[in-house]
Amino acid sequence: MTFVDWLQDYTLQNVVAGAALLGLISGVLGSFAVLRKQSLLGDTLSHAALPGICLGFIISGGRHFGSLLAGALVSGALAALTMLLLTRNSRLKTDAALGITLSTFFALGVVLLTYIQGTGNAAQGGLDSFLFGQAAATLRSDLWVMAGITAVALALVGALWKEFKLIAFDPGYAASLGLPVAWLEALLTVMIALAVVVGLQMVGVVLMAAMVIAPAVAARQWCNRLETMVALAAAIGIGGGIGGALLSALARGLATGPLIILSVSVVVLVSLLFAPGRGFVWELIRLWRGRRRLRYQQVLTTLYRLAVHHEDPAYRSEQGMVDSYHGVGSRKALHLLERRGMVERHAARDGEPSAAAQWVLTRAGIAEAERILSALGEDGENGDAERAAG
Amino acid sequence: MTTALHEPDLALHVEDLTVSYQSKPVLWDIDFDVPPGVMAAIVGPNGAGKSTLIKSILGLVPKVAGHVTLHGRTYRAQRSRVGYVPQRSSVDWDFPTTALDVVTMGLYGRLGWLRRPGRSERREAFEALERVGMETFADRQISQLSGGQQQRVFLARALVQQADVYFLDEPMAGVDATTERAIVDILHRLRDAGKTVIVVHHDLQTVRNYFDWLLLLNVRVIAQGAVGEVYTADNLRKAYGGQIALLDEHALLTRESAGEPAGARR
Repeated sequence: MTFVDWLQDYTLQNVVAGAALLGLISGVLGSFAVLRKQSLLGDTLSHAALPGICLGFIISGGRHFGSLLAGALVSGALAALTMLLLTRNSRLKTDAALGITLSTFFALGVVLLTYIQGTGNAAQGGLDSFLFGQAAATLRSDLWVMAGITAVALALVGALWKEFKLIAFDPGYAASLGLPVAWLEALLTVMIALAVVVGLQMVGVVLMAAMVIAPAVAARQWCNRLETMVALAAAIGIGGGIGGALLSALARGLATGPLIILSVSVVVLVSLLFAPGRGFVWELIRLWRGRRRLRYQQVLTTLYRLAVHHEDPAYRSEQGMVDSYHGVGSRKALHLLERRGMVERHAARDGEPSAAAQWVLTRAGIAEAERILSALGEDGENGDAERAAG
Repeated sequence: MTTALHEPDLALHVEDLTVSYQSKPVLWDIDFDVPPGVMAAIVGPNGAGKSTLIKSILGLVPKVAGHVTLHGRTYRAQRSRVGYVPQRSSVDWDFPTTALDVVTMGLYGRLGWLRRPGRSERREAFEALERVGMETFADRQISQLSGGQQQRVFLARALVQQADVYFLDEPMAGVDATTERAIVDILHRLRDAGKTVIVVHHDLQTVRNYFDWLLLLNVRVIAQGAVGEVYTADNLRKAYGGQIALLDEHALLTRESAGEPAGARR
């Protein structure tokens, strides 16, 4: 098979297009879910879709994409409603309510799934693929349904952009302006349920949550505006989707859904580690630089204070003395100071008891130490060294 | 349809208001009136229901009983005349947006559905930032602002609403002295322009300096009226109970320290 043949492969085209659509819708809607601290909503909705899929199968008596999706949507909405009622009318916190709803609906789904398998209905073959997804089974007609759902969701987000932004940032204030906050939140939830439905065929109910959360979390690391975050999350979702689909086509036999999730997860990992300003590595570097500067300032001011105390700007501080103040780690700081021309190293004079190095402040070093101390508000000591120097 | 105005001479009129969270009353039978053009403080111990009072007036928490009118009409009808500054800690400041964008949110109610903020809205928001002295931070990511700066952004967002009645929930909590002074100056200017400013306040020391109307609250109304009449040792003791012993009663009640005589503005 040539490369061009490979690209024209019917199944591959379907899978790639489906994965791209899934990445697009879950990236956009996931951004709002993550910002509203409802990352687990996608998880609950996707697990809750399973009983709906099974009921859709039982009622329609076969594997019709439309009826399965309708079932998934209904049970997803039911789960969201249950969750809302639990948090509003009981003492349960959101996370507990999410967890209970998720596991109850999922358990019900698995029971129904085993029931269907027990009936020996020939059409049920592959129904359990909804657990982990079976991208290769995506048909052209499925794609149209997915594209339609994605288009509707994007149009709604575009039309209600400022309202969604406000309820994500400050729902109380939004309500005071007269926005129907409860309805808008319900609409967002239903749309996330729709995104989950789009993803069921591709990645399955178990992994779908990652598809909602991951692109948004990765995108948040790189930008400071909601507009760019949503656009970037969509791009990461699409990229991860296409990447995963192509990977699974290259390595025949590897499941597409998990590969899509893994591709997106790699982006998340890189973003969490290396994003400028927010990344972990960035944070470490900042911490390390801060510590190094602090140590260097401590050593410098100690030398300065010793000079002031002995009323001798050219006072020679012994290595051992600095060590006893700041530990052996101060040697690195001293070498750094030497390189920057703040101190000079002198060999011990003849006849002195210790042969260790001795350190003397330079003029630049004195000025720098005084700058540090006056920034700390220790003006009292200022000028002493100058007087001694004069 | 014209309906008779209910208490039109009052900026805010609250009658028989009761609010409860799960069978425990948080506010009990509140009657509370504020005349227009004053700066009023709502003061009381922790758990007195100060924030809840504001939220129930704005319809953010359901009432068990009672009704509220603003300049003679219900809150629903007067929404465009009301500005609101929620507690700073009520939102996540790590939200990806800029100071100017947050202020622009104050115009969303006026814009209505489907319309996006354009150049004139952004200019208006920028002018509000100038009024609170934050114009140089317009494009700053909100997570990079200090607490006091965040509070000023929230105040600017309420200012663009160009309201007649302003509700502020603890605007002076956790801000530096400079910001507190700036906020008080802005609020005084609003009052001098004939607006009504209603503030949940936690610092008894400054009540007489900043405000000219006072509601002492502890689930029920303890006392209300001009600060000079309400701010007495007796009333404070009733509102705070034993807790007042922890405060320095002498410092709170001596007159000399007050900058301007309470109620003089009216």
